[in-house]
Amino acid sequence: MNNLQRNKIKDKAFKYFGVTCTFFGIFILGVFLFGIINDGVSRINWDFLTNLPSYRPKKAGILTAWTGTLWIFGLTAIFAIPLGIAAAIYLEEYGKKSWFANLLEINITNLAGVPSIIYGILGLEIFVRLMGLGGSLLAGSFTLSLLILPVIIVATREALKAVPLTTRTASYALGATKWQTIWNLVLPASLSSIITGVILALARAVGETAPLIVIGALAYVPFVAKTPLDEFTVMPIQIFNWISRPQHGFTINAAAAIIILLAFVFVMNGIAVYIRIKAKKKSH
Amino acid sequence: MKSIKEKVIESILFACALITVLTTLGIIWVLLSESYSFFSEVSLGEFLTDKEWTPLFSQKHFGIMPLVTGTLLTTFIAICVALPMGLTIAVYLNEYAPKGIRKTVKPILEILAAVPTVVYGFFALVVVTPFLQSIIPGLSGFNALSPGIVMGIMIIPFISSLSEDALAAVPKTLREASYGMGATKLQTSFKVLIPAASSGIIASVILALARAIGETMIVAIAAGQQPRLTFDPTVPVETITTYIVQVSMGDVPHGSLEYKTIFAAGITLFALTFLLNNISFWINKRYQQKYE
Repeated sequence: MNNLQRNKIKDKAFKYFGVTCTFFGIFILGVFLFGIINDGVSRINWDFLTNLPSYRPKKAGILTAWTGTLWIFGLTAIFAIPLGIAAAIYLEEYGKKSWFANLLEINITNLAGVPSIIYGILGLEIFVRLMGLGGSLLAGSFTLSLLILPVIIVATREALKAVPLTTRTASYALGATKWQTIWNLVLPASLSSIITGVILALARAVGETAPLIVIGALAYVPFVAKTPLDEFTVMPIQIFNWISRPQHGFTINAAAAIIILLAFVFVMNGIAVYIRIKAKKKSH
Repeated sequence: MKSIKEKVIESILFACALITVLTTLGIIWVLLSESYSFFSEVSLGEFLTDKEWTPLFSQKHFGIMPLVTGTLLTTFIAICVALPMGLTIAVYLNEYAPKGIRKTVKPILEILAAVPTVVYGFFALVVVTPFLQSIIPGLSGFNALSPGIVMGIMIIPFISSLSEDALAAVPKTLREASYGMGATKLQTSFKVLIPAASSGIIASVILALARAIGETMIVAIAAGQQPRLTFDPTVPVETITTYIVQVSMGDVPHGSLEYKTIFAAGITLFALTFLLNNISFWINKRYQQKYE
C-alpha cells in the first residue's frame, strides 16, 4: 500500500468519525428526550397541572410552578425588551465612534460571559435587600432582565446592522430626522430578526434556575402569586426540588414537569426559527 | 422643536445603554464590599492556602481550594468531552458535509445549548450516573465524572459552531493551494485550516471553559455537596457555584460570616470567568484583524 492509498483511507475514516460525532450529540438528545417522556408522560394529567405542591408525590402538582413561570416570563419581557432594544439602538445608531461607546461594547461582551449565579448575587443585594423587594416576582424578573439584556442587545444590534445603508440615506434625503428614520424605516425592516433574538433570550430566562434560588425564590409555595410583590416558585426550581428528593415518585414528577418545561422552551425556539426562516424567504 | 425631541429621545436611549454599565459596576461593588467585610474576619492567606472549606460546620475552615479544584475537575472533564467532539464536528461540517446537512445539523446541535441546565442535571443523575456505575464499580452516587460528561455534551455547540465559523473564515486561497498540492481533505483540515484558524478555535474553547466554570445546576444536582481537595472523578465534590446554591437554600442569617462566604466564593468565580472571557475576547480581536 502506498502513501496515497493510506492517506485516502485515513480521509475516509475521518469522514465516518465526523458523521459519528455529529450525530452522537443528536442521538444523545434523542435518547434523553425519549427516556424522560417514557418516565413522565403518564404522570401528566389535569390534577398534576392544577394541584398545589405536596409532600406526597402522587398528590403534588405544578400549579404554583407554572403560574410562577408565566409571571416571570411576562414581567421579564416587559422590562427587558424595551430596555434591550433601546440600548442596542443607541449603541448601533448613535454612539458609534466615541470612546464611551467602545467601553460599552467591551462591557456588554463581558456581561454576556458572567455566570448566571453572579447575577443572582447582584439581585440578592440590590433588589432583594437594598430595594426591599424580598424574594418577590419583581426581584426575580429584575434579576433575569439584567441577565438577558446582553443577549437582547447583541441580537438587536445584528438585526439593525443588516438594514442597508440606502434605506437610511433615502430617508435622510427626504428630510426625515434620525429618529424618524429609525422608527419608521430601520426598526420595521429589522423587526423579525429582533423578535427572533428576543424570543431566544426569553426562552433562556424561562429555563434559568440558579439566580432565582440565590435571590430566595422558594421551593415550596402553597399559593398562586396574585401580585408582582408575592413570593414565587418557577418550573426549574420545582424540578430541582423534586430531583433532590430520594423517593422515586418525585423523580417521576420531575420527569413530568421537565416534559412541560421543555415543551414550552422548544415551542419558543421553534417560533423563533420559524420567524427567521420566513423573514429570510421574504428578503430574497 | 424637532431637535429638542431628537435630543430627548437620544438621552433616553443613552440612559438604557447606561444600565449595562451600572450592572457591571453593581456586580463589582456588591462582590467587593461584601468580600471586604469577609476578609476583615478571615485572612486572605487562610482563604487561599487552607485545604478545607467548612464554613457551615462548628469547626470552621475557610480554604477556597477544595471548591476551586471541584470546579476545575468538572470543567476539565467537560472540555475533554467537548473539545474533540466539537472540533471534529466543526471540521466535518466545514470540509466534508454536503451543504444541506450543514444547514440542518447546525441548528439542531444548537438545541443542545438551549435545553435548561436543570434538565441536564436530571439527565446526569438519573441516566448517566447509573449507567457509569454499571461500568465503574466503585463510582459513588454523586461524582465529578457524570456531571462533567453531561456538561461537556451541553457545551459541544459552543465549540463546534464558533470553530466552524473560524474555519470557514480561512481564505479560500490557502485551502485551494493545499488541494493543489494533492493533499486530502483530512490533511488540509489539520495541517492548513486548523493552524490558520487556531486563534478563533482557541477563543471558542476558552469561552466554553468559562461557561463550564460558571455552570451551576448540573453540578449542584449530580456532583454532590462535599468540598473535597481531590482530582478523583469518582467521589463527591463541590464546585464554587454549588456552594453558593447550597448556602442560598439554607437558613444562614443575613450579615453573618457564613452569609458573607458566598460573596468570597462569588468573587473567586467572577475573577476566573472574567479572566477567561477577556483572554477569549482579546484573541478574537487579534484574529479578526489578521484576516480582514
